[in-house]
Amino acid sequence: MDFCIMDYQNILSRRVQDIQPSGIRKFFDLLENLDGAISLGVGEPDFVTPWHIRDAGIYSLEKGFTKYTSNAGMVALRREISAYLERRFDLRYDYKSQLIVTVGGSEAIDMAMRALLDPGDEVIIPVPSFVCYPPLAEMTGARAVLVETRVEDGFKLTPELLEKHLTDKTKLIVLPYPCNPTGGIMEKEDYDALARVLRDTDVMLLSDEIYAELTYGQKHYSPANHPGLHDRTILVNGFSKSHAMTGWRMGYVAGPAPVIGQMLKLHQFGIMSAPTTSQYAAIEAMKNGDVDIERMRDEYDGRRRYLVEGLRRAGLPCEEPKGAFYVFPDIRGTGLSSDEFCERFLMERKVAVISGTAFGPGGEGFVRCCYAVSMQSLSEALNRLDRFLADIHYERRDP
Amino acid sequence: MIDAVKLLQLLESDCTLKNDQLAAMLGVTEAQVEEAIQKLREEHIILGKQAVIDWDRTQREAVTALIEVKVTPQRGEGFDRIAERIYQYDEVESVYLMSGAYDLTVIISGRSLKEVAHFVGEKLAVIEDVTGTATHFILRKYKEKHIIFEKRPEQEKEWIFV
Repeated sequence: MDFCIMDYQNILSRRVQDIQPSGIRKFFDLLENLDGAISLGVGEPDFVTPWHIRDAGIYSLEKGFTKYTSNAGMVALRREISAYLERRFDLRYDYKSQLIVTVGGSEAIDMAMRALLDPGDEVIIPVPSFVCYPPLAEMTGARAVLVETRVEDGFKLTPELLEKHLTDKTKLIVLPYPCNPTGGIMEKEDYDALARVLRDTDVMLLSDEIYAELTYGQKHYSPANHPGLHDRTILVNGFSKSHAMTGWRMGYVAGPAPVIGQMLKLHQFGIMSAPTTSQYAAIEAMKNGDVDIERMRDEYDGRRRYLVEGLRRAGLPCEEPKGAFYVFPDIRGTGLSSDEFCERFLMERKVAVISGTAFGPGGEGFVRCCYAVSMQSLSEALNRLDRFLADIHYERRDP
Repeated sequence: MIDAVKLLQLLESDCTLKNDQLAAMLGVTEAQVEEAIQKLREEHIILGKQAVIDWDRTQREAVTALIEVKVTPQRGEGFDRIAERIYQYDEVESVYLMSGAYDLTVIISGRSLKEVAHFVGEKLAVIEDVTGTATHFILRKYKEKHIIFEKRPEQEKEWIFV
């Protein structure tokens, strides 16, 4: 057709149009056309879902279990998740009133925002962090208040930072720990401090704990574990990272019954129920998957140590990441911006890492390297990094 | 202190890992890894390092057979001496003492069916105290040492930002 009578720009929601698409797409297009490129860019386990879990999904299909489940998810699965949260994290949630099985953690985050926020509310979001929080917050008409965390603080949300940005409009604080991309975590003492700041407020917490099983050296501590924060915490978790189940889209949300009750309405009308096959697989993951979690975490831990040491030896300082599967080295010493560093490293040495700027303000000067890749790839990437840094050093020596 | 079990697990899963990689993964120095490996070799805990090969994809003809062997154990030596007499043959890949209906599993490889038949008939079955054999030819290997032989299809790569 030569002309179109529809003026889509006018028709489409202002809020949706105002969301900026991620610039990272261009970068991936470059990557796609490069032969022999090594990617430390994608944030997803390199493991295939363990067979016993896949098999449970297949078995459910063979038996013809293809109908909707109850809106909140199968009772058997919610019972298992509840038992899992108690077993692994010492958290108690009533599977009947405090738990919904969602389509990945992302749906849970979206619903939590929509269940809590009204136009004009403020949401505190520590950055650098995963990219979904600000747009989802803004879709509700709320304002995303981005709070830059610092490498010196281990990228934690400190009480000083919180106090500085807390207003009487603050409705919700996002807690993205263990953190993608920084690898930062929050511990009991950190939450003690936040609890003191929040004591006389009604501010809620949205704790995205998708990497909770991937902590190294210490057990994950949730704000829901904290007596002073438990009642204001909405906990989001899922199977993607812990059980290498990204494509199954299985997540869940747990929290105070009145909040979960409202979220269930959104879930019921927007989603109906999470995929049935995935729910059957998830039951098996909860029942018999703890050993898989430990096996994969051990594997990641070895790679993490290797990558951290390799980056440091190459001359890029980095905080030891205590969680997730990313290292976030400081590249300021190279004299390049993060975007330049990533583009040149890809084009000149065919290694993809992600610019810290993709994760919000505060990411400049850093790049994200994912170590959920084979040791061979890590080793080769480090070799190429040495050559890349030598080139840059050479250029700078003689301007 | 180096975690020897962890070190062994890493080497068992991939013996091509270099000492510097092992050191970083275990949080120790390269010298410590080197020393530990040396010690494990001396203690006869690390016995060798081998590649897993799918010979069926090569030109080389190879036949593998699993032989159930029944024997009469000997006073004072049990099965060990007979096992030793069997495992010293070059064509024998593995020998295991079994519980159940027979005593030893012997895995042998040869260039042809005839060669395997010859080994069983002329060398194995005639050993004193071997009271019976049952030979099973291996038709296809699917998995060995946790490694799957079939080339697995890979999911189409989609770069998504997570």
